[in-house]
Amino acid sequence: MLVSYRWLSEYVDLTGVTAAELADRITKSGIEVERVEALDRGMNGVVIGHVLECEPHPNADKLRKCLVDLGEGEPVQIICGAPNVAKGQKVAVAKVGAVLPGNFKIKRAKLRGEESNGMICSLQELGVETKVVPKEYADGIFVFPSDAPVGADALEWLGLHDEVLELSLTPNRADCLSMIGVAYEVAAILGREVKLPKAAVKETNENVHDYISVRVEAPEDNPLYAGRIVKNVRIGPSPLWMQARLMAAGIRPHNNVVDITNYILLEYGQPLHAFDYDRLGSQEIVVRRAKAGETIVTLDDVERKLTEDHLVITNGREPVALAGVMGGANSEVRDDTKTVFIEAAYFTSPVIRQAVKDHGLRSEASTRFEKGIDPARTKEALERAAALMAEYAGGEVVGGVVEASVWREEPVAVTVTLERINGVLGTAMSKEEVAVILSNLQFPFTEDNGTFTIDVPSRRRDIAIEEDIIEEVARLYGYDRLPATLPVAEAKPGGLTPHQAKRRRVRRYLEGAGLFQAITYSLTSPDKAARFALETAELVRLALPMSEERSVLRQSLIPHLLEAASYNRARQVENVALYEIGSVYLSKGEGVQPAEKERLAGVLTGLWHAHLWQGEKKAVDFYVAKGILDGLFDLFGLAARIEYKPAKRADLHPGRTAEIALDGKVIGFVGQLHPAVQKEYDLKETYVFELALADLLNAESEAIRYEPIPRFPSVVRDIALVVDEMVEAGALKQAIAEAGKPLVKDVSLFDVYQGERLPAGKKSLAFSLRFYDPERTLTDEEVTAVYERVLAAVEQQFGAVLRG
Amino acid sequence: MKERLYELKQEALRRIDEAKDVKALNDVRVAYLGKKGPITEVLRGMGALPPEERPKLGALANEVRAAIQQALEAKQAKLEQEEVERKLAAEAIDVTLPGRPVSLGNPHPLTRVIEEIEDLFIGMGYTVAEGPEVETDYYNFEALNLPKGHPARDMQDSFYITEEILLRTHTSPMQARTMEKHRGRGPVKIICPGKVYRRDTDDATHSHQFTQIEGLVVDRNIRMSDLKGTLREFARKLFGEGRDIRFRPSFFPFTEPSVEVDVSCFRCEGRGCGVCKGTGWIEILGAGMVHPNVLEMAGFDSKTYTGFAFGMGPERIAMLKYGIDDIRHFYQNDLRFLRQFLRV
Repeated sequence: MLVSYRWLSEYVDLTGVTAAELADRITKSGIEVERVEALDRGMNGVVIGHVLECEPHPNADKLRKCLVDLGEGEPVQIICGAPNVAKGQKVAVAKVGAVLPGNFKIKRAKLRGEESNGMICSLQELGVETKVVPKEYADGIFVFPSDAPVGADALEWLGLHDEVLELSLTPNRADCLSMIGVAYEVAAILGREVKLPKAAVKETNENVHDYISVRVEAPEDNPLYAGRIVKNVRIGPSPLWMQARLMAAGIRPHNNVVDITNYILLEYGQPLHAFDYDRLGSQEIVVRRAKAGETIVTLDDVERKLTEDHLVITNGREPVALAGVMGGANSEVRDDTKTVFIEAAYFTSPVIRQAVKDHGLRSEASTRFEKGIDPARTKEALERAAALMAEYAGGEVVGGVVEASVWREEPVAVTVTLERINGVLGTAMSKEEVAVILSNLQFPFTEDNGTFTIDVPSRRRDIAIEEDIIEEVARLYGYDRLPATLPVAEAKPGGLTPHQAKRRRVRRYLEGAGLFQAITYSLTSPDKAARFALETAELVRLALPMSEERSVLRQSLIPHLLEAASYNRARQVENVALYEIGSVYLSKGEGVQPAEKERLAGVLTGLWHAHLWQGEKKAVDFYVAKGILDGLFDLFGLAARIEYKPAKRADLHPGRTAEIALDGKVIGFVGQLHPAVQKEYDLKETYVFELALADLLNAESEAIRYEPIPRFPSVVRDIALVVDEMVEAGALKQAIAEAGKPLVKDVSLFDVYQGERLPAGKKSLAFSLRFYDPERTLTDEEVTAVYERVLAAVEQQFGAVLRG
Repeated sequence: MKERLYELKQEALRRIDEAKDVKALNDVRVAYLGKKGPITEVLRGMGALPPEERPKLGALANEVRAAIQQALEAKQAKLEQEEVERKLAAEAIDVTLPGRPVSLGNPHPLTRVIEEIEDLFIGMGYTVAEGPEVETDYYNFEALNLPKGHPARDMQDSFYITEEILLRTHTSPMQARTMEKHRGRGPVKIICPGKVYRRDTDDATHSHQFTQIEGLVVDRNIRMSDLKGTLREFARKLFGEGRDIRFRPSFFPFTEPSVEVDVSCFRCEGRGCGVCKGTGWIEILGAGMVHPNVLEMAGFDSKTYTGFAFGMGPERIAMLKYGIDDIRHFYQNDLRFLRQFLRV
């Protein structure tokens, strides 16, 4: 809402309050003033001139040579390029020395050999936005009414010595979509009176019912419809002050009748519509829902297809307006209009919102109906409009008002106690202070022993419960006066849940291990959504996606992590180590919320470690990825219960992928990307992993229990075994540990060899075995006996032989 | 013979002095103190002396031996010391060469901000509540006093899946969910971080996916002044002591009264700068007293219980704190960006 400071001052005395101060006070009390703009933007030296002569420029086709009386001294010669300049016009002239917006200084000049002493201005040159400049002056200079005084300040006549406050209204404050509404707000803030406009209509002896009747067939959509007939209007420009106010408020002036309806819309917040009575095509108005297939050509010359969702004003046969949104072209007020039917109606929000949505048409009128108007002021606005049409369009107002109404003003009474106000706010206001605030708001109220009963005015439809009153009191009392306290309550310790705390441990571990946390989008494309997923279900698809790229919810974090890796590589960041913890979404059927499961995923590519000047360089490989996960399982005390099983999974390298099982249940996987996928993402050798985080975090692990530090020396023996190349190291190690029980405490693999020194198809695996007995020092014989037992076991199970 | 011994002593001491290394010194040792050395030889010729002279000569010989021995040891120590020094000198390295890197990763800047805020409120007795990102229309809107048809819940702004299910547009559904779990009994004191989604086109200031942190306190006698005190405490811990906050009246369907909360600018101390656009204040939160409809719908008696709620955007806070100019950075995962948030 754009509010002219000078216009506002007609309703509230603003003496002693500058526009900037007012803006600050309004903002502090609840409505944000986004900006204050001085319309004259520091301009000066622009006067009303009289074009005495106007003839073609001798050396230029598009220029005119004008002699202009500026009201002082001799008339001056001004060269003007506007197509509409003509002898006899009153125009805005920027004199030599004047400064126009954009620091444009007017100097004496020679244009194609002819002297020019100033500039005849268009409204745009005076800083008015093109979209509000009257159409006839949009491409040329502005022409004043013929009675404009020569030599007077043109900016004053154009209402430009004014400041405009732009209010950013929250949805609850639709009351401030009108000058009167803003006046009430400002009056409450300043503690001053509101002066309401007067609407005294002089009627003819005729009866409006002889002209027109009204029937509303959809009273739910239109609880109140009223109208008046004004005859013998003379269509012409509205008074300049009215045009100036409309332009300041962002509305383009058209003609007196239309401008008056818009003026009232701004003043009362009540949208009106003026029909050309003679073009209505009947003597009745019927308000009803449109019929499917019906059409209307609106004022903007667009044919619109209607449905039963839309409300129309008809002449009994066909629509003449799309109710509350836009009039029809067939009944539009034109230059030759003689008789006007003014409609003042209350249309309810849902039906208007539907029309706005379906037709993509939002107007000043529809916005107000959508947000809700005050029906108690509807007829008053009609009166004022009729009076203005009599005054400024030469019309005669036919006696009486046609009306169809089921609307009845229902009083809203709200009760609130002083104790409650102070209790909710934490203040110590007196009842007198509260009373002053309510009086300033012009809310009628009674007070009995600290209990206030407020009779809420219909203009403030946002107020219905005691909290609404508390808020009014609080904002006008001033939030800066609110004390700062802390809740007084039983002290309960805060904290993270075990799950949250463990998840943070996972993060810190991975970061310590060298991975960076990524956050990627949950929405993805259908072809990526289920790729790599540990578990899949129906895709969860948006009803109205903005693009196919973000149309479904992901089931794995890996595709977007790969995109991140690819993004980095394309920007010369070759070494990428990212992890993400986030949800995947698995449908549980239409119409129910999907299962959201937390996943931990990672992507690794490029060098894992490099210390180049010492010649160290280690590229990421399967075992780097696996090592990171091993550390994680160690951290949660699960290492012994974890098993890596070779696996074949789509999009992963068939020989370099393992599924990870906890107590036999698969909880994730780790592997190299399939070379084809690497190529697809423009990546080199890349490893990924994904785990079901809940399975990891929820797994019960044993509490830490101290184990005595070894008191006796342990014995270490190495064993190098030659086995078939297909034998898995994990299985062999398992067998050694099993056969070595209980003396063998640790088995660790320290060498793997395959090559020339062994027969084809064979490999050697060397393990280091640590023997220990907590009770005593072991003898060589005892160790050897166990060693032999281990050897026999692996020989039997794997055909393993000692490497010679 | 005496003279011979003195002579030997002088000679040995001279040779010791001249010895350049341990080996040369050893040669001296063997030459003079060895079993076949000259001193032994002198003593062997002692038989030719009168018996009363013998002990004297013996004592002298021992004296000479000891002197040589002592000189040898001293020289030995000196040589060894020299050798160690030579060795160490040869071992010197260039300490300015780069060390072996320990590669550390770090949390995403949003996580950094979120965890800092979580910890701050945990310190004030809050617990962290999390919930589904795919929500029902009821919890996302209706339970928050946004009935169907409410202007603030334009279908165009939300990612709906069906008419009743959508991606949550804020973390506020956790307010309703948590209050329901409390079955009408306070106190409730939670902080709810999480991802939220809105139907916005991604650009420098908009992201269709972003994060929010919501706070909620419900108990008997919770006052709006408690909200002010809590948020001032929060602002000071997050942005530094000396920060002040101010409330500006606002409107949210789920709180009443509703306010926007500004923090005095931490860059210019409120004098006015680019960060605060010259106003001295930066808007960081929306807050208010929980609307009675919201309390009632979640099973709390709004006559006995009151509460406050507040919500903020970690993206905005991170952008302000670190001077980040484009919200898309948070979701591109460019390592050149992420790496900048390593430091403590």
